[in-house]
Amino acid sequence: MTRLAYYPGCTLKTNAKNFEDSTIATAEKLGIELVEPERWNCCGTVHSLSTDDVMHHLAPIRNLLRVEELNNAGEVDSKQVVTLCAMCYNTLKRSNAVFNEDSDRKKKIRDNMYKEEIQYSGNVEVLHYLEILRENGWDKVKEAVVKPLKGLKVAPYYGCLLLRPRGIGIDDTDNPTVMEDLLEALGAEAVGFAYSQKCCGSYNTVHMKEVVADLAYKILKQAKEAGAELLITACPLCEYNLGPIQSEVEKRHRVFDSMPVVYFTQLMALAFGLGEEAAAFSGNEPDPRPLLREKGLLEE
Amino acid sequence: MVLRMEPGNKQFKDRVTELSGENVDLCFQCGACSSGCPMTQEMDYLPSKIIRMVQLGLEEALESNTIWVCTTCFNCEVRCPRGIDIANVMEALRQLVLRNKYDRVNLDELSSEELRELPQIAIVSNQRKLTA
Repeated sequence: MTRLAYYPGCTLKTNAKNFEDSTIATAEKLGIELVEPERWNCCGTVHSLSTDDVMHHLAPIRNLLRVEELNNAGEVDSKQVVTLCAMCYNTLKRSNAVFNEDSDRKKKIRDNMYKEEIQYSGNVEVLHYLEILRENGWDKVKEAVVKPLKGLKVAPYYGCLLLRPRGIGIDDTDNPTVMEDLLEALGAEAVGFAYSQKCCGSYNTVHMKEVVADLAYKILKQAKEAGAELLITACPLCEYNLGPIQSEVEKRHRVFDSMPVVYFTQLMALAFGLGEEAAAFSGNEPDPRPLLREKGLLEE
Repeated sequence: MVLRMEPGNKQFKDRVTELSGENVDLCFQCGACSSGCPMTQEMDYLPSKIIRMVQLGLEEALESNTIWVCTTCFNCEVRCPRGIDIANVMEALRQLVLRNKYDRVNLDELSSEELRELPQIAIVSNQRKLTA
């Protein structure tokens, strides 16, 4: 087993518990033990873009320091940290870049963290779980598949923070393939669609729910027209803004076909034959299980 | 026609440049940012127009709802052929307003059921971007 530091972030423990459960189970199947640092804190969710901001980089950097401590204690095998939530990924990675590229702010960040036992070196590498899978090779994923997702037409939805900005994103900004490659390894059919990288409306869902529902309507309609039966995502906010929001979409659009939205790791758990405990489809809304049963991928 | 920049205009433009770290004068108004923006239907001014306003030092940019509707999805940023990080400019404009103790969103207006349902990342990011 490779021991890898894992930063969950807040939502993975609540709304997106199914994302975490399915990830831990699939990683174990692939020979990766995910080790959570003690005393991690919220990453801040969004990267601070103003040039004079120091304060908002403390939370992400403190998390990276926890990873470094874990590595120093010999509890993980590298200075890599894996994330699941696209917002955590983006925030940790970008603050790490600020720390390493801006010597003035690096000093200020360190000065503000004087109570820590060690100073952060800047050497932690922030990765997304999809990158780990790609690095290990798709053959490893293929070998773990016991039930290929044959005949399942899946739209990979990337959204914004997994791909942007350039240099931070995990794949080509215009033509990403990492989720398509994963789907192929799982035996499913990837369905490309025009809005796969369009923003879901993000945090506007708090006070502009109707606008976000209309965006979801457009994205899901596009995916459906392209032939998809199910949509996958790698971000708990995308999941919320495309999944549970469909009850709002139905109120606003008379003609609307709902579509299940799941995390990519849930499909992995299904294809790896890890059972409902790992796939955790009961946490999704709309319920993806009727479709999966219809496809013969899930038992009655 | 001659466009004259008053000292106030220059001061505003310099402040936005400083906070964003972006040189808005690079913009030649191609509109690629606006065409790729997912939120334009809710905006009073297109993102490219906001950039133009900053070029001219027009403080009215701060009164536009565009800066509040922006989701910082960075689509404009990867589209810009002049390499301007437009999201940084939007953030600088928001910051100029927020730093005067302004809250765009008040969570008290949401029901407890809505608050319970929303993922934490939605609430935290919303408050980070839209409140003082």
